[in-house]
Amino acid sequence: MRTLFRTTPSLPVFLAVLVVFTLGVTVLSEAYGIGALSTSFIKTLGKTACLALVAIAMDLVWGYTGILSLGHFAFFGLGGYMIGMWLMYARTELIVLDSLAAAPLPPTPGEISDAIAGQIFGVVGAADLPMVWMFAHSFWAQMALVVLVPGLLALVFGWLAFRSRVTGVYLSILTQAMTLALSLYLFQNDSGLRGNNGLSGLQNLPGADAIPQATVSIWFFWASALALLLTYVVAAFVVSGTFGSVIRGIRDDEARVRFLGYPVEGFKLFVFVLTAVIAALGGALYYPQAGIINPAEIAPIASIYLAVWVAIGGRGRLYGAVIGACVVSLLSTWFTGGQAPDLPLGFYTVKWVDWWQVGLGFSFVLVTLFAPKGLGGLVDLVSHRLSPNRHGAALGPDTGALREKEAEQ
Amino acid sequence: MNGALLEVAAISVTFDGFKAINRLSFSIGPAELRAIIGPNGAGKTTFMDIVTGKTKPDEGQVLWGEVSRNLIGMNEARIARAGIGRKFQRPTVFEDQTVFANLLMALKNTRAPLAVLFYTPKRRDVARVEDLAGEIGLAEQIRRKAGELSHGQKQWLEIGMLLAQDPKLLLVDEPAAGMTLGEREHTADLLREAAKTRAVVVVEHDMEFVRRLDCKVTVFHEGSVLAEGSLDHVTRNQDVIDVYLGR
Amino acid sequence: MIRRLITAALLLVLCSATAQAQDMTIQDVLQEHREALEKSSRRTIGPVIDAIADSDLPAARLVLERWRDREMWQREEDGLFFYGEPVDRSTERLFDFETGADVGVYSTRDLDQLKPNSGIQAMIAAALVTFQLDDPDPAQRRTALEAIARSGEASHLAPLRRSITKETDPVLRAEKERTERLLTITFGAADAERVAAIEHFRGSLFLDVRAALNPLIATTTVYAADLPPDANVKRRLRAGSADLPVAEAFALLVEAGLATPPPTADERKSALVARIENGQVAGIPVAALDTQEARDRAYATLAAQGDVPAWDPQFSEARAVEETPFAEVYTEPSAAVTTAAEETLRSINHTVAWNQVLDLSLDGLSLASIYFLAAIGLAITFGVMGVINMAHGEFIMMGAYTGYVVQQVIPDYTVSILVAIPLAFAVTFGAGVAMERLIIRRLYHRPLETLLATFGVSIALQQIAKNVFGTQVRPLTAPDWLDGALVLNDVVGISYIRIAIFVLALIFLGIFLFIMQKTRLGLETRAVTQNPRMAASMGINPGRVNMLTFGFGSGIAGIAGVAIGLYAKVTSELGQDYIVQSFMTVVVGGVGNIWGTLLGAGLIGFLQKGIEWFNPSNTLAAQTYMIIFIIIFIQFRPKGIIALKGRAAGD
Repeated sequence: MRTLFRTTPSLPVFLAVLVVFTLGVTVLSEAYGIGALSTSFIKTLGKTACLALVAIAMDLVWGYTGILSLGHFAFFGLGGYMIGMWLMYARTELIVLDSLAAAPLPPTPGEISDAIAGQIFGVVGAADLPMVWMFAHSFWAQMALVVLVPGLLALVFGWLAFRSRVTGVYLSILTQAMTLALSLYLFQNDSGLRGNNGLSGLQNLPGADAIPQATVSIWFFWASALALLLTYVVAAFVVSGTFGSVIRGIRDDEARVRFLGYPVEGFKLFVFVLTAVIAALGGALYYPQAGIINPAEIAPIASIYLAVWVAIGGRGRLYGAVIGACVVSLLSTWFTGGQAPDLPLGFYTVKWVDWWQVGLGFSFVLVTLFAPKGLGGLVDLVSHRLSPNRHGAALGPDTGALREKEAEQ
Repeated sequence: MNGALLEVAAISVTFDGFKAINRLSFSIGPAELRAIIGPNGAGKTTFMDIVTGKTKPDEGQVLWGEVSRNLIGMNEARIARAGIGRKFQRPTVFEDQTVFANLLMALKNTRAPLAVLFYTPKRRDVARVEDLAGEIGLAEQIRRKAGELSHGQKQWLEIGMLLAQDPKLLLVDEPAAGMTLGEREHTADLLREAAKTRAVVVVEHDMEFVRRLDCKVTVFHEGSVLAEGSLDHVTRNQDVIDVYLGR
Repeated sequence: MIRRLITAALLLVLCSATAQAQDMTIQDVLQEHREALEKSSRRTIGPVIDAIADSDLPAARLVLERWRDREMWQREEDGLFFYGEPVDRSTERLFDFETGADVGVYSTRDLDQLKPNSGIQAMIAAALVTFQLDDPDPAQRRTALEAIARSGEASHLAPLRRSITKETDPVLRAEKERTERLLTITFGAADAERVAAIEHFRGSLFLDVRAALNPLIATTTVYAADLPPDANVKRRLRAGSADLPVAEAFALLVEAGLATPPPTADERKSALVARIENGQVAGIPVAALDTQEARDRAYATLAAQGDVPAWDPQFSEARAVEETPFAEVYTEPSAAVTTAAEETLRSINHTVAWNQVLDLSLDGLSLASIYFLAAIGLAITFGVMGVINMAHGEFIMMGAYTGYVVQQVIPDYTVSILVAIPLAFAVTFGAGVAMERLIIRRLYHRPLETLLATFGVSIALQQIAKNVFGTQVRPLTAPDWLDGALVLNDVVGISYIRIAIFVLALIFLGIFLFIMQKTRLGLETRAVTQNPRMAASMGINPGRVNMLTFGFGSGIAGIAGVAIGLYAKVTSELGQDYIVQSFMTVVVGGVGNIWGTLLGAGLIGFLQKGIEWFNPSNTLAAQTYMIIFIIIFIQFRPKGIIALKGRAAGD
C-alpha cells in the first residue's frame, strides 16, 4: 500500500476527498443527519459514484491501454440485469407468498413458481420462467453471475477481437456492434428478460419494505462510495509498476511491446475482462438505485457517452475519469431536469432542456480539439507537471522525427 | 554451417507479384558481428521482418538455436522470448515513460500478464537497470522521460533495452542514422561490445560505419545474397560494384 | 327497356340450339313456386331462384333482374306475376314477362310487391352472373367472370362451360377456360375431370390456384380403429410423434368417447378445498398440504371413500394413447383427386420456392443498394483519410430534412425531388467541408479522437434537428410515378422506389468510378491515399484533396438521405438507424476500395434478408445474428473482403 501511495500521488488525496464527501453527505442526509439533502439527490449522488466507477474502468481500457471500447456500458447494463433478476424475483416471491397465504390450501412449490412467472412475465405474454432465470432465486448465485456473465462475454469477445489483431477504429466499431447486438437481442420479448419493459421495481429491496427509501438510499450511497474507493485502489495498483508500463506501451506502440516479448493479446484481454467486471459491478450497484433497467440503457450511445466523460475529465489519469463522470453526469441531470434557468437572447429563449445536448456536443468537440488532457489538465497547471515540451518544428513528417534543436547538437 | 545460431534456408516472399525475397539463405554463429549492406529494395528490412515473425514467408525455413527450432508460425512475442531482439530504423522507445521504466520493461524477466501484474522489481533488477543505463551513457537521465531525450540518446536507450532483453541474437536496423560523429563512435563500440557474448546483425547504409564495425559483411541484392566476406573483399567484387554504381 | 327486350330476343336466338320445346312459360315456373315467392324467406327461396335460372327460358334473366330491383308485382286477383313501372305514387303500369306486352295500369292496392331482402338480392345476383357471361358487352362478361372467380359456386360451372364455346374474344375465352378449370377442381362431378384440371396447373404461381388446391388436401386427425373402409387416409399416425403430441391424441380419444379425462390438478384442488372440515381434509391437516404429493395423498383418501371422482395417480396420457391407432384423413373423399392435388402442389411449391429466392434476392439487392448509398461516403473518408465520421448518419438525416423542406416550398413532388437531390448534396457537402476544416484537420494522426469529436458533432446535430423539426415524423413523399410496385407474378414483386434507389446506387458507383479514374481530383485522391508524403512532395495539396474528398463523401450521404427518406420515416434519429450498418459495410468490405464497399453492402443486405427469411417474425433477432456473424467474419478477414496487401498494409 505504501508503494501504491508513492507511485500514485493522487491516491491519498482522492481517498481523503471521498471519505470527507461521504461523511458530509451522511451528515446532510435525511436518514442519518439534518435532512438537508433530499432522498432523490442522495440517489443521484450514489448513481454518480457508480458512473465514476465505470468511468475508471473506461479509463483503464482506453486511457491506459488504448482500446477505445464502445461497449463497456453493455457490461454495466448486464451487471444491472443480473442483480435486477434477483431483486425482481425475490420481491415477487414475497408478494406471491403474501397473496397465496390467504388461499384455502397452503401453496405448493410449483404453484409459487408458476405465480411468480405469471407476475413477472405477464407483460410479455409468457407464463413460464425462462432458462436464464434458473438461478434468480439465489442471491449468491446471481451475484456470481454479475461477475461471470459480463466477464465471460468480455473474454469471448476480447479473445476473438484481439486474436485477429483488430485495432484502432476497427475495434471501436466492433465493440459498438457487440453492444448493438446485445441491446437488440434484449429488446425482443422472447429474450427472457421482459423485452423493452426491462426489469422494474428494483429500488424495493426484498423484505425491507419497512425501511424507508431515505435510509436505503444512503446505504446504497455508502456501498457505491466504497466500491468507487476499492476500484480506485485496484486501478491504481494495475497502472502502477511494470504492468502499467506495459499497457501504456501497448497504447503507444503495440508492435514494439510485442518485440519485447510481451504477449500483447493476453495483456489486452486481461484489462478488457477486468474492466468489464468492474463495469458490471458498477451496474449492479447503479440499477437498484435507478429502480429500472431496460435495453435502451445499453444502446451504443450510452457507451459513447462514457468515452465522452473520460475524455472531458482527462484520459490516462484515474482522477480525470472520476471528475469527468461526476461533472458531466451531474450537469446533465441539472440541465435536463429543467432546473437550469432559461437563457433569453432577446430574439430567442434558450431552453436548456432542449439545448443542453447541443452544448454538450460542441463543448466535447472543443475539449477534444483544444484541451486533449481534459479537466484533469487543470491539475497539471497547478502542479506544474508538464509533459516533455520539445520546442521547434519537426524536421520530418513522422512523429518522433528529429527536431530542429536536436539536430543542431 | 555447423553450430549456427540462426540458419535461414531458401526463403521467398512475394508482395503483389513483387519478389521481395528470393530463395535467400543466411546463417550466423553464436557470437558473431555481421553487417548487411545492399541498395534500397534489396530486402534487408523484409529479411528482418521474417526472422522476427512480422512477415510470413511463402516458402523456406528459419531454424533457430542448438536444437534448430523452426521459427515460422510463431508470433513476434514468442520469437522475442526465444532470444531474438530487434531494433527498428526509427528509435521506438516509450516516450511517455522514464528511462528507468523503459529499461525495466525490457529486462529479461517474466512476461505473462498475471505474473507481471504482481511483479515488484528486486534489488538485483534495479541494479542491472542502473548498470545498463551507465553502459549506454544515460545514468544521468535515468529518471527523465524518454521523450525528453535527444535523438541519439533514444537510439542508445533502444540498444540498452535490447541488451536488457539479453537476446542471443540482436537485429539492428540502421543504428547510426541521424547521429553525430561522436555518437556514431559510441554506437559502434556498444555493438562491438555486445557481439562478444551474442550474435549481432547490423543493417547499415553508411560504409564508414560498417568499416568501423570491422566485421564480416553480407551484400543483399534483389532479395538474395550477392556476396559475403570482409568489407574489402566485397567492395572489390565486380557484381557488388555493378550493383552500387549501376551497369 | 327496348334494349333489354332486344337483348332477350338475341338471347333467344343464341340459345335456340339448346332451348327446349316451348311448352312451358316463365309464368308457369313462377306459379309453380308461388308459395315460396310469396313467403320470400332466405331459407326457402334458393330452389326458386335455381328453377328460374335453370329454366332456360329467355325471360328468366328479365324476371331475375326485375325481382332483384324490386320491380316485380303480383296481381292479387289471379296471383299472376308481372313487372311494373310506376305511373304515380299509387299506380303501376304492368308488363308481361314473356312478351313485354302492356297489361294495364293498376292501383298498388290491388297488387303485392315482391320485396327481396338484401340476402335474397345477393342470391339473385349470383344467379344472374351466369346470364351476364353471355352478355354481348365484353365488359359485362368480364365483370361476371371476375365475380365467378371471386366466389365461384357449383351452379356456375354449367353456364360457364356453355359460355366458353360461344366466347368470341380470345382473351376472355382463355380466362373463362382457366376459371372453368378452377371451378372444376372444386365442383367437378367426375374424378377424372377434376384430376385433369388439377394437373393442368402444375407449377402455377397464382394465388387462386393454391387457394383452390389447398382445401383439397386439408386433413383431420382422427381416432382410426373404426375408420369407414372408403376413408381417404393420408397416413397412419402414432401418438407421441412430432405430428401428434400425446395431449392432442388423448383429446381425440376423449372426443371419441374412448377415454375419460382424469380430474385436473385444479379440479382436484377445488375438490380438496370443498371438503375442508375443521382445518382438515381427509384427516390431513390443511397446513400439511403444501406439496403436490401431500395433496395427491389426501385426494386419494377422499377418492377411496368415494367422495370425489376416482383418480389414478399412476395415470399417464402417454400410456393411454400408446397402442391406439390414429390417422390423418383427407376431407376430400376421392383419393385420385387428393393424390393429384398433392403432386401438383408439390410442383407449385417447387416453383414458388425458386421464385421466393428470386424475390428475396431482389429484396436483398435493394437493401444492399441502400446500405451502399449510406456507406459509400463513409468508405471514401475512411479509405482516403483513415477517419471514421460518426456524424455521417446525421449528414444522411440532413439530406432527408433538406428533401422535406424543399417539398414544403415546391408542392410538385417530381420537381421537388429533382431539386432536393442536388440541394441535399450541396448542403451536406458544405457541412462536410466545414467539419473537415474546423475539426478533422486539427486531429490528423489521431483517428480515435476524430471518432469522438465527430461524435460530439453528431449528438449536437441530432438535438438541433429535434429542436427545429420536432420529434414527430416528417413526410417525404415520393412522386406518383414512383408509387406502386413492379409485379412479376404472385410471388415476385418490387416497389418502384426500391428500383429507383438501386438505379441511384448504380449511378453513384458510375460517378465515383469516373471521378476516381478519369479526373484530376481522382488522381490526386488516389495519390494521397497511397502515400500522402510523396503526394505532397509532388505538388499535390493533401489538405485540399482531403477537404474535397470529405465534402464529396458527405454530399453523397445527403443524397442517400433523400433516397432513404422516400421510404423510411424522416426523424432526427434517421441517421442512427443506418450508421451502424454503414460501419459494418465499410468494415466487412475493406477499406479504400469501392468494390469492397459494394461487396460489403451486398453481403450485409443479402445476409439480413436471408436471416429474416429464416425467422420472418423477428427482425430484431435477425439483426442480432447478423452482427454476430460479422464479428465472426472479421476473425477470418480482419481487413475486410478486399484488403490491401503487401508492405503498404504493414502498419
